[in-house]
Amino acid sequence: MKGILIVQRLVLCSCWLITGYSSGVFADSVSVKMGFLTEQTPTPPALSNLDSILTDEGIQGAVLGISDNNRTGQFTGHDYHLKHESVPVGGNVLQAFDRLLREGYQYVIADVRASTLKKLSPIALANKVLLFNASSTDVELRNASCGANTFHMIPSDAMKADALAQFMLKKRWKKWYMVRGKDEKDLNFTRAIKRAAKRFGINVVEEKVWNFDHDARRTAQADIPVFTQGSDYDVLVVADVKGLFGEYLAMNTWLPRPIIGTQGLVPRAWHRTHERWGAVQMQNRFYEQAGRWMNDVDYSSWLAVRAVGEAVTRTENTTPKEVKAFLLGDEFSLAGFKGVKLTFRGWNHQLRQPILLAMPRSIVSVLPHKEFLHPRTYLDTLGYDKPESKCQF
Amino acid sequence: MMNKYFLLLLLTAFSTTSLADTLYITLEKDNALAVVDGETGKLLKTVPLGQRPRGIELNKDQTLLYVAASDDDTIQILEVATLEIVGNLPSGEDPELFRIHPNGRLLYASNEDDNEVTVVDLHSKKAIAKISVGVEPEGIAISRDGKWVVNTSETTNMVHWIDPVTQTIKANTLVGARPRAAAFSPDGGALYVTSEIAGSLSRLDTATKQIETTMSFKIAGVGQELIQPVGILVHPNNKILFVALGPANRVAVVDIETMTVIKYLLVGQRVWNLAFSPDLTRLYTTNGVSNDVSIIDVADLKVKKSVRVGHYPWGIAVKE
Repeated sequence: MKGILIVQRLVLCSCWLITGYSSGVFADSVSVKMGFLTEQTPTPPALSNLDSILTDEGIQGAVLGISDNNRTGQFTGHDYHLKHESVPVGGNVLQAFDRLLREGYQYVIADVRASTLKKLSPIALANKVLLFNASSTDVELRNASCGANTFHMIPSDAMKADALAQFMLKKRWKKWYMVRGKDEKDLNFTRAIKRAAKRFGINVVEEKVWNFDHDARRTAQADIPVFTQGSDYDVLVVADVKGLFGEYLAMNTWLPRPIIGTQGLVPRAWHRTHERWGAVQMQNRFYEQAGRWMNDVDYSSWLAVRAVGEAVTRTENTTPKEVKAFLLGDEFSLAGFKGVKLTFRGWNHQLRQPILLAMPRSIVSVLPHKEFLHPRTYLDTLGYDKPESKCQF
Repeated sequence: MMNKYFLLLLLTAFSTTSLADTLYITLEKDNALAVVDGETGKLLKTVPLGQRPRGIELNKDQTLLYVAASDDDTIQILEVATLEIVGNLPSGEDPELFRIHPNGRLLYASNEDDNEVTVVDLHSKKAIAKISVGVEPEGIAISRDGKWVVNTSETTNMVHWIDPVTQTIKANTLVGARPRAAAFSPDGGALYVTSEIAGSLSRLDTATKQIETTMSFKIAGVGQELIQPVGILVHPNNKILFVALGPANRVAVVDIETMTVIKYLLVGQRVWNLAFSPDLTRLYTTNGVSNDVSIIDVADLKVKKSVRVGHYPWGIAVKE
């Protein structure tokens, strides 16, 4: 008896050594080629050296997604490949996109400027490939400039602003003092904030522009109290996407008021403090791979790869036509560590998802709250709903 | 109605005199073990454990408790008599759920961060195999005859069928999004799997490894998004099973033959794991967010009481 046991143990041990990826590996696996397109942008002047400048934003999320997909692929006979095209500042993104198309990449994740994505969308449609927007929050891309083969993995400015407004409504902090920068992205965010304020009955009592014309010898401590005087308000909303001045507002305002918007309490697709619904595992896996925390663009890139993986696994088909039909169908549901299934809005191809409201070291809330009712799903209380959409495919 | 009456009759057959039992509940946020009297619901004592304790099981003769201390990357061994930690098992990284094979010797633990299932020999306390599975392995179930070990992987959305003789995967079944718990029918012929994000319960045929049927849940006044099936417990009578619905704060009672819901029982918030009393008269649920355990009368299908036990009750083991 003992002898048998030992033999069995030996068998077990040798299996441990060879198992690895061998179990269930398919001899002829079908290849799925995914491209990742990065358009490098000039680095904005930094307020401080607190955060290192990322050179691997987005692509790290895609790499993790590919590794997750391939783990499933070993059981289903699919082999996912990723090719990264990173275009330097001033380079030709359209050429890089074209290279990917000619090499047979039918799924391309784009971390490019909104104006570039607008040009890529019709090319993707004409070439029957699927394009995944991983970084641009511009609402116009989901409306007038939408693309029939373009999917938006990252939440729009409108979704983020609505999430903030819903939470402020719940807190009854309904008087907002708006401070914005002059960048185009700041304007976009400001527009989204004002739209959200209107939708949820919030009053923007004052709007001020930070012009950078203050005396350089004066400190934030001296300038901001003066700058923020005027009307009384409940919260100060800042629109400073690049982070050029917003961080200085907290604790320097004339009145003791919280800061929300692009600084202070921020709306995010992902945040390092998020750990509910199994997010801890995701955070750990990403940190181990990248050596840093995951951000919105990484998360959106991961989602794009996973969405394609889900479609390929479920349909056992790798053509963009079938994948697109599945992504937009009732069967599709993506698990994104946010406690609900993520699906696409058919009218503009925006991924429905909850928004995290985060402070630097904590999650304050996850929106929408279920009290915000909607005939379809409460997730559609964020962003452009079907009747409001100006997207026509 | 006829069916329901019949069921109750069947159930009452089990509810003879109820016997005293002791519940051991892991408290994920307290790093502790709550010891509760099952009959009275009285918290008897709280014992410190390793970090983020989750999965918990008793050994065959109920003398030892095994507890997965997830953030300590180990499975702790406690002596039931003294509740002292007497050893550790090499569980692999971040063990969450584990099950002990009916042979009493092999323990299967899922390692969420490593995409592996670790097989531990309880006699030698050594890891004897690591089985490469899908992304984020979670649930483990073992058929009573010991022929199949299954593991669910949350991100890969699969059930992996492991042969416990060779410790290799023999088949994979694609199921609904984010499969969580799995449980075999008493005869081993069927496997039940919950899919948290798809909001469904699937029945798989053990012989073909294919999905036979999938059902979903609907509760008036509760958003579909909040219905997230997690823990499953099959009644040994093979007539009904219980499914914990997470943030829907309810346990669904499912008629196995028709795969329809007989009743939803309102319990605490984010109900997760389930266990029977040894005499099958009571069902216990751990409710993570409301920090309590609900006690359900199995014959009446009624929630009798909720007992505060500590922060984030997660796993539960019941001793006679």
